[in-house]
Amino acid sequence: MGDRIKAFLRFWYDFIVGDDWRVAVAVVAALALTYAVSRTSFPAWPILPATVAILLPASLWRAAGSSKSKTR
Amino acid sequence: MSSSALFIAVFLACAVEAVEALTIVLAAGFGRDWRSALLGVGCGLAVLVLIVAALGPALTAIPLGVLRLVVGGLLLIFGLQWLRKAILRASGLKAIHDETAVYNAELAAVHAAPVERRGVVTDWYSFTLSFKGVLLEGLEVAFIVLTFGANQHNIPLAAIAALSAVVLVALAGVTLRAPLAAVPENAMKFIVGVMLTSFGMFWGAEGAGARWPGADAALLVLVPAVALFSLALVAALRRIFPQARTTGPIGTSAGP
Repeated sequence: MGDRIKAFLRFWYDFIVGDDWRVAVAVVAALALTYAVSRTSFPAWPILPATVAILLPASLWRAAGSSKSKTR
Repeated sequence: MSSSALFIAVFLACAVEAVEALTIVLAAGFGRDWRSALLGVGCGLAVLVLIVAALGPALTAIPLGVLRLVVGGLLLIFGLQWLRKAILRASGLKAIHDETAVYNAELAAVHAAPVERRGVVTDWYSFTLSFKGVLLEGLEVAFIVLTFGANQHNIPLAAIAALSAVVLVALAGVTLRAPLAAVPENAMKFIVGVMLTSFGMFWGAEGAGARWPGADAALLVLVPAVALFSLALVAALRRIFPQARTTGPIGTSAGP
């Protein structure tokens, strides 16, 4: 029973979060920051594009690095 | 822009997942028992339709701001996953999804399993293989149908796009009686990743209270900008890791 619950939770974790949990955490943090900045007079829309511009290359770099190290 | 983007994103995402599900169903059908495999397909599709029918009205009842915040965030996480895999594959750092290889591996596995009859299902293995294949591949599509459709208040259009893709892939599968190895899956996943990421950013920021310059017209800049940025990343990875292209994917296996 415990194994089935674990497998169920594992499935949803893989489905929503995927290979890189840092991406999910960073997106949630960026949304929270957007919300906070939108309450001020500063424009909040650049936060998500800037997050993607940093997050995607960083995630790719980590994946490329780990792929390369597996071959050694 | 929004309706056509909705149709294109859902159609492409569904077509890609349907191609992958078709490979599993063909292996179960040709390798074991067609009746049980098709029964599995029917049950898998029925569960997906139930999920969309049950959650669709519930999602459209949520206030738009909250919906866009939650759905935008989820779409952005999803889109970045799709885009990440597509960029890694395009740059040679991850193995391209090979339907023929997947089909041969599945076929070898189905021959090894024992035959077991349960109720009206003559071959339980074929049934569960097809059922799980359709349900798991379809779950992502159901999510995209629901999120895109609910945000645009047009779940029927999203459902039509998904259905069109399933029918097209099924017809191609029936005609060819083989896995659709020639379908440019990675290019399609790349486009879907760009769409999900762009719309995820747009809706997520709006849901969090941000206002885009030019309102909906901002998408006309966001979509090509994400596409160009992703292509630039492919070019950069190819230059930084040239050995991946000459010696094949390094340390990777064919994933979803």
